Amino acid sequence: MPAVQETVDQVRRIDVDQYKYGFETIIESDKAPKGLNDDTVRFISAKKNEPQWMLDWRLDAYRRWQTMREPNWAKVHYPPIDYQDLYYYSAPKKKDGPKSLDEIDPEILETYRKLGIPLRETEALLGIQRPAGEAADGGENGESGESGYGRRVAVDAVFDSVSVATTFKEELAKVGVLFMPISEALQKHPDLVKQYLGTVVPVTDNFFATLNAAVFSDGSFVYVPPGVRCPMELSTYFRINERNTGQFERTLIIADKGSYVSYLEGCTAPSRDENQLHAAVVELIALDDAEIKYSTIQNWYPGDKNGKGGVYNFVTKRGDCRGARSKISWTQLETGSAITWKYPSCILRGDDSRGEFYSIAISNGHQQVDSGTKMIHLGKNTISRIISKGISAGQSQNTYRGLVSAHRKAKGARNFTNCDSLLIGDKCGAHTVPYIEAKNASAVIEHEATTSKISEATLFYCRQRGLSAEEAVALVVNGFVKDVLQTLPMEFAVEAQKLISVSLEGSVG
Amino acid sequence: MNAELRPIKTAAETALSAAFAAQKAQLPGMASAREAAFKRFEAAGLPHRRVEDWKYTDLRALMREAKPLAPRPDAVALARAKNAGAAFAAVEGRRIVLVDGVFIPELSDLAALEPGLSIRSMALAAGDPAIAERLGHVVATDNVAVALNTAFMADGVVIDVAERAALTRPLHLVAFNSGGAPASVFTRSLATIGKGARAMLIESHEGAPGNDYQVNTALELTVGDEAHVDHVKITGEGAGALHVSSLMVAVGAHARFNEFLFTAGAAVVRNQLFVRFDGEGTVAGIRGATLLNGREHADTTLVADHVAGDCVAREVFKSVLDGESRGVFQGKIIVRPHAQKTDSKMAAHALLLSEEAEADSKPELEIFADDVQCGHGSTAGALDDDLLFYLKARGIPAKEAEALMIQAFVGEAIDGIEHAGLRDTLIDHVAAWLKKRS
Repeated sequence: MPAVQETVDQVRRIDVDQYKYGFETIIESDKAPKGLNDDTVRFISAKKNEPQWMLDWRLDAYRRWQTMREPNWAKVHYPPIDYQDLYYYSAPKKKDGPKSLDEIDPEILETYRKLGIPLRETEALLGIQRPAGEAADGGENGESGESGYGRRVAVDAVFDSVSVATTFKEELAKVGVLFMPISEALQKHPDLVKQYLGTVVPVTDNFFATLNAAVFSDGSFVYVPPGVRCPMELSTYFRINERNTGQFERTLIIADKGSYVSYLEGCTAPSRDENQLHAAVVELIALDDAEIKYSTIQNWYPGDKNGKGGVYNFVTKRGDCRGARSKISWTQLETGSAITWKYPSCILRGDDSRGEFYSIAISNGHQQVDSGTKMIHLGKNTISRIISKGISAGQSQNTYRGLVSAHRKAKGARNFTNCDSLLIGDKCGAHTVPYIEAKNASAVIEHEATTSKISEATLFYCRQRGLSAEEAVALVVNGFVKDVLQTLPMEFAVEAQKLISVSLEGSVG
Repeated sequence: MNAELRPIKTAAETALSAAFAAQKAQLPGMASAREAAFKRFEAAGLPHRRVEDWKYTDLRALMREAKPLAPRPDAVALARAKNAGAAFAAVEGRRIVLVDGVFIPELSDLAALEPGLSIRSMALAAGDPAIAERLGHVVATDNVAVALNTAFMADGVVIDVAERAALTRPLHLVAFNSGGAPASVFTRSLATIGKGARAMLIESHEGAPGNDYQVNTALELTVGDEAHVDHVKITGEGAGALHVSSLMVAVGAHARFNEFLFTAGAAVVRNQLFVRFDGEGTVAGIRGATLLNGREHADTTLVADHVAGDCVAREVFKSVLDGESRGVFQGKIIVRPHAQKTDSKMAAHALLLSEEAEADSKPELEIFADDVQCGHGSTAGALDDDLLFYLKARGIPAKEAEALMIQAFVGEAIDGIEHAGLRDTLIDHVAAWLKKRS
């Protein structure tokens, strides 16, 4: 069935030429010389004042990277990237380590204000004075205070290669949660970083991850101590600003035994004619009984309507459910980037651990999305769930690529996968490439690609109360993702809600 | 990942190169096509797990050596072939017998051919420019197994069914491998079913148990507009055999096409199907059942390419995996930009009977048209304990209950076969397999 008009209109509203975040911030910046060699790696490491082991780690990665070739199996096409024609480090000029927001360049503050990202805690959230759970006062980003622990969000803002500000650090520190740029963590908690860095995504994992290991400049570091439920949402906002600059951030989140943390990231970039490279690595580690919820709103510049410009988003994200009964859940809303190449995955190592992946990928214009997940079941009675919705419009290509694998020892492993896609217009493509590997008999793996999961009874109930079939479907779909959306930062949530209300009527599997 | 440059050839690759150089002059016809195909093989080498289409069937590792090309069958081999295909007597088909890859008219039933039916030896027909023109063009592919087949094909059959002709008896292609000595067999057949014709083609591949031989067989099948064609392939090779099969089918408009693959036997089986829908309004059923035990490995790889719209296709594949066997299903539905109103659904289900068995499945969709209905489902798991309990509670012994459930599971696919005699024969095959298992 073809897409209904309402859906077409809604997708049109977020078409590539409607990109709102394409402005550029004119600011002086401090760059590494163009190109990539040992010296670039040393330059970055020196800039961050890193310990010797870190430099060695980077140099090792760089040497290995030189022997690797760019992967070409994904359903994405782009001209060869000249890795020597990029800046690998760019930071706004500033005094070392601003002590307060007043020391941050007002241009940057203005940039984040325009993006709707609050860096001034008081101005932004008012929540400091309010007890958790009480409604915050709208404003810049507070819409409602419905979630159990207030609406306050701690933000780490990464501008090109550096973190410019991290909010609520003190308050988080009171409960022992460490939330800081990874460069700062390397100074303050080198042992923790050393213990976990590269243990989920090894240095030589893949071409882009290895490049990242060599030249990553900043990103967020989170450590939640045992038994602590992180009192607020943590978030990182990534902004690429400088021309010809690659952004290589690295995020490391460790949830120690019995802890909980919800983390979200947002990304935007100016509209430019040239393509910008973004190759990030995210590592999540959940120990016994811990839970990490990771949400992404990816809205990098997608290129113009002729497919010129846009961000190449080559990202390696992986979570390791290292402990028993741990849980990692990935939620992603992908609307940006010229090319998306990312597969947030879960290694379900601990017995009874759970992995979840919820994704909504919308492609428009000439965007190419190749995204999905991997659920590697290693422990007993591990459970995974994959829900993926892809919507392609314009001349875009949207691919779901996923692996579900139950190993010999993963007795009683369970997986349920549902991926639907919807095409709008006859110039785009929607593809599904699932890999299912069952290596023991007690594993049960189900993969399906239909929209029939919306129960007829629910639809009937809605229609009986006067909703049209379309409205009913939209309502059900919205209800389904609402829990996820409500935890997103407000500006995003509004945007996301619009995207989600896109009806999935007329889907193909 | 990237295909690697591999300067080092495996023993099998070296043997194939040597065999081609030494024997190409004796192979019938198609010299330039053979050369070109062999070049393609040499450039690519034997496919391995880093080649996406062969991810789960690493032929380079599974095919340690290449056996010498099979000699023409001698009297002993022919004598052994007498009863080949007897298991399918109920089908009452017209036997067309290939022994060690060579078409044997004396063993075949070529008397009183129905009007419009012609059956020829490929070895003799390969010199015919009209055949050379068709061969390799029904569904063009750069698949390496097909390239190897083109390079080495020795014989096979050319079957033509004229427009509107309706065959009353199924054609039963019996491919028998005598297993006198380790050998490799390359057969290539071409079947062209004319507009509005009705035909059923059964292929059964069998061989002496315990013998170590390699088969690379290919069939190019053209289903004309409004034709009604059933093709059933039964792979029951000897336990030591390596069997690679490629089926290329081009289906016309308003046709009916039913495909069924039954696999039980051989150490390694790779069944590749390339089905292209060229005309609108066609209804197709593509199904299969695989029963594996021991260390058997069977791979079904299907590409259903919808070039024209408005076709309905149903794909159902079932595999039952016991012992340390490995069942692979790779299916891809492609809907081209103008193939609107396509309705294509694919289901692949694997039943794991042992802790050591493995099921790998990759059901893919590549959709470029917006007004279509496509879907796929894939499951892997053990027998449902609740159902087993239900049966046992009603006094059925555990083994029998299991067998019942397995039969029902496989039956869902076998039921798609229209020919009652063949359906019953295959159900018997399943029962025999189950009996052997217990």
